[in-house]
Amino acid sequence: MFFQETPPDTSIYMIAGYAVFFIVMAVYLLSLFIRSRNLKRDLTVLEDMQKEGNKPMKTKQKSVTQK
Amino acid sequence: MEPKPIALKVLDVISIILLGVATYLALVFAPTEAVMGQVQRVFYFHIGTAWVGLLGFLLAAGTGVAYLVTKDAKWDIIEVAAVEISLVFFLITIILGSIWARPVWNTWWTWDPRLTTAAITELIYIAYFMLREGIEDPDRRARFGAVYTLIGGVSAPITFMVIRLFRTIHPVIIGSGDPGAQGTFAMTGGMKVAFFFALFTFTVVFVDLFWNRIRMGNLAAKVEQLKLNVMQ
Repeated sequence: MFFQETPPDTSIYMIAGYAVFFIVMAVYLLSLFIRSRNLKRDLTVLEDMQKEGNKPMKTKQKSVTQK
Repeated sequence: MEPKPIALKVLDVISIILLGVATYLALVFAPTEAVMGQVQRVFYFHIGTAWVGLLGFLLAAGTGVAYLVTKDAKWDIIEVAAVEISLVFFLITIILGSIWARPVWNTWWTWDPRLTTAAITELIYIAYFMLREGIEDPDRRARFGAVYTLIGGVSAPITFMVIRLFRTIHPVIIGSGDPGAQGTFAMTGGMKVAFFFALFTFTVVFVDLFWNRIRMGNLAAKVEQLKLNVMQ
């Protein structure tokens, strides 16, 4: 009992470990969010382009002259 | 894109709550280990992330087989989702292990069999994405990816078993380990609660992220198809 030592202070490593975990998870979640947002944007643009492409030529020419 | 299902929204919330509870159990509830001190608390998330990391790599190998058999693109989307999430979790495992090793082994890194196989596994799956980036044809990309995950999947059980088969300083907490292992400890009741809860939590978090990532993969496939249609 007289020679029993208290555990070493390794708190800084524990904090670093959990900080790394939450930072990496946050970065990954952010990357998922940004990629999804960009894909949704691309989808909207492409769907609009496809609708434009499906329209008859006459209508397309008219809209150009109107502009 | 279809709106997010209610079940997935509920799973998102459950995952956040579980992660909060798991953090509390690991940092507050579990007793401080007598020899290593506070750094031992890293162990709960180290094992939790390793478990889902290796599980995802095996899952990717399984979906690789499913793709090769059926040629259905949905398996390719599932495979990519599994590899990506596992890559993130396994990276965390390696970093947490390194942080734990500094005060316990007195080094950030050593070429121990477990650490070496873990690093190789991580590199194998980083290369998987590099391979995919280099192939434009979707069918060819999916086929190559499937074969790659099938071969790469062998690294997951090797990484898991290596500390049980070779001389190593990496501790084996469940089952018998090498007598030369440094940093091993016996789990008390409170530690077991935090440990098993962390395993459960990371399994749920994995399923949640997996579902979200598959949805994103479906969206990416739709965008890719539309791009081809518009270009024609």
